[in-house]
Amino acid sequence: MGKTVIEKIIQGHTVEEVKPGKIVWMDLDIRSARDFGGPNVVKNYEREYGETPVADKKKTYFTFDLCVPPSSLKYADNQQICRKFARKQGIKVFDVDCGIGSHVLVEEGLAQAGTTVVGTDSHMNILGAVGCFGQGMGDVDIAFAFRSGKTWFEIPETVKVLLKGSFSSPATAKDLTLYILKKLGTKKAALKAVEFYGEAVKNLTLSGRITFCSMVTEMAGIIGFIPEFGDSLKSEIKDISGIKFSHHQAEKDSSYADEVEIDISGLVPQVAVPFSPDNVQDVSELKGVKIDTGFIGSCTNGRTEDLALAARILQGKKIKEGVTLKVVPATRRVYKEILEKGILEDLFRSGAVVSNPGCSGCAEGHMGLTGEGEVQISTGNRNFAGKQGKGKTYLASPVVVAASCLFGSISSQEDL
Amino acid sequence: MEESVLSGRIWVLLDRKERLIEDIDTDQIYHNAFLHITELSQMGQYALGNLEGWKDFPEKVHSGDILVAGRNFGAGSSRQQAVDCFTALNIGLILAPSFGAIYFRNAVNSGFPVLKCAALDELVAKKALETGDKIEVNFRSGEGWDISKDISFKVEPMSAVQYDILKAEGLFNYGKKLGHE
Repeated sequence: MGKTVIEKIIQGHTVEEVKPGKIVWMDLDIRSARDFGGPNVVKNYEREYGETPVADKKKTYFTFDLCVPPSSLKYADNQQICRKFARKQGIKVFDVDCGIGSHVLVEEGLAQAGTTVVGTDSHMNILGAVGCFGQGMGDVDIAFAFRSGKTWFEIPETVKVLLKGSFSSPATAKDLTLYILKKLGTKKAALKAVEFYGEAVKNLTLSGRITFCSMVTEMAGIIGFIPEFGDSLKSEIKDISGIKFSHHQAEKDSSYADEVEIDISGLVPQVAVPFSPDNVQDVSELKGVKIDTGFIGSCTNGRTEDLALAARILQGKKIKEGVTLKVVPATRRVYKEILEKGILEDLFRSGAVVSNPGCSGCAEGHMGLTGEGEVQISTGNRNFAGKQGKGKTYLASPVVVAASCLFGSISSQEDL
Repeated sequence: MEESVLSGRIWVLLDRKERLIEDIDTDQIYHNAFLHITELSQMGQYALGNLEGWKDFPEKVHSGDILVAGRNFGAGSSRQQAVDCFTALNIGLILAPSFGAIYFRNAVNSGFPVLKCAALDELVAKKALETGDKIEVNFRSGEGWDISKDISFKVEPMSAVQYDILKAEGLFNYGKKLGHE
C-alpha cells in the first residue's frame, strides 16, 4: 500500500513502519513555544529536567506573537520567563517585534517542505501550506519535545478532496476557504489529514495557501496539504525564505479514508456567521447587516497580499463615520512590504488603525476585541461565542471586510 | 477496585433543548482571558466559565465526578489549561464521542483520563445516562456500566500509549522510563 503525504513525511522521521491508526515515536525538526504556553513549557521543563540542556538549541525557538509588546503585566512577566530560560539555554527568541510565529518560521526557512515542526499554537498546521508537517501542541508536549526532540503521534487517516472548477475576482482564497469549510463542516475531516487537489488550489499563491490551510483547524482536521503547485510558488518561497521548494506527493496506490468532490465553480464571496466558522453563507444573504468595526489580519489573512486586497478597496476612500477598522500585519517582513509598497499609507489615509505585527484579537492579547453588543467583521479564523469578547464576529475576506467598513454594513466589492 | 476501572457521578453537558453539546471549544472550557495563569490551583474556578448554562460548574462539581460531553470536545486552541482546569477540580474522567486532536493529546500527556464513546449521543437521547447517575468504566476492556440504572454500554478501550502514559502519571514520567532524563 502506498503512502499519503502525511505518511511519507512522518515515515521520514521515524524508524517504525507508518500506517494509519498506529502510534509512532517521531523526530521533530523544529520545536517552538510562544508567549502563551511558553511560560508553562519553561515551568514544566525546569521542574522535570532542571538545568539539563534542551536536545538541540539550534532546533528550539521561542516566538512571541500573542501580546506583543505586552499590554498586561502578566504577559510581561511570562515573556521574561521565556527570555531568561532562552538566554540560559542559548535558544533564539523571535521577540515581540517579529510577528506571528508560524509565519516567521516560514520566512526564516525553518519550516520547510517535508520537515516536522511543533509549537504551542493550534494553527501550527498552517505549515501544511508549505508541505511541512506542523502541529500545535500543549505545554507538556512541547516541554517534552524541547528535551527529547521527539513526540508520539497517532498516524491519522487521510481524506482526499478534489475541487472542481476555478474561481476569480471578486472571490478570493478566503472565500474558497470558507466555502470548503461550509461543505466539509467539522465532521468530514475530523481528526484526519486532508489532501486538496484541483486547479483552484494548485494555483493559489503562498498567501492563499496559508489562508486555505490555516482553517483546516476549524474543520477539526489534523493538517491540510496542497501537493500540486505552480512554478510561481517555487519562486515566491525562494524569494521569501531562500529555500528551494518541493512537495511530497502521495503514492499512486495510497489509501484514503474518504474521497470528496466539491464543485466550486461560480464561487462568490462568503461570510461565516456567528458563532461558528462553518456557519457560512453567500455575502448577498447578509447584505445590510450593520457592523461597528472591522479587523484585517491574523495568521489566516495577515500577509502583504491580503492587506493589498484591502488597500485596493479602501484607496482614496474613507471608512464610514462611527466605524473603526483595525489592521494587523502578520510579520515584520509584511510590515516592511506594506510600508514600501504604499499599502500602509492607503490603509492609514482611509482611517484604519494599523498596529505592529502579531496575532491580535484571536487571543485576548492585542487589538480586535469586542464589547457587549458590538458587531465585528474579521478576516480571522474563529468566531466562537465569547472568543474575541462579548460581541459578535463575522468572518470574511479582506475585500469584504474593507468594503463593509466603507458602508458600515456587510458589503462586497460590487457595492462600490 | 481494579486499576483499570474508573467510577463516579456524571455531569451530562446538555444544552437548553436537552441535547449533548457538540464542538465545545477551548475558549468555552477555559477562556483566553485567563491564559496568563500558570498555577494549577487557580484554574479550577474558570472551568466551563464561557459555556452557556454551565458557568456555575466549578461550584457544583465534586471531586471524582465524571464529565459527559458531545462530539469534538475541546476543539480549538492548544491551551493545556483547558485540561488542567479539570485536573484542578479533581474530575475523574471525561467521556465524549470524540475530542479535539490537540485536546486529547494534552489530556493523555498530563495523565488525565479521557475516553471515546461512540454511542454517547444515543445513550443520552434515550436517557440511559443522566446527570447524577453513578457510572463505572473499564478503560482497558471498554466496558461501561451505569450503576444507577443498571445499563451497560461500550467505550473505546485506551491505546497502549495512552494507558502507559496514564499509568506513569504523565508524559514526563513515561519519558523518563524511556530514557529521556
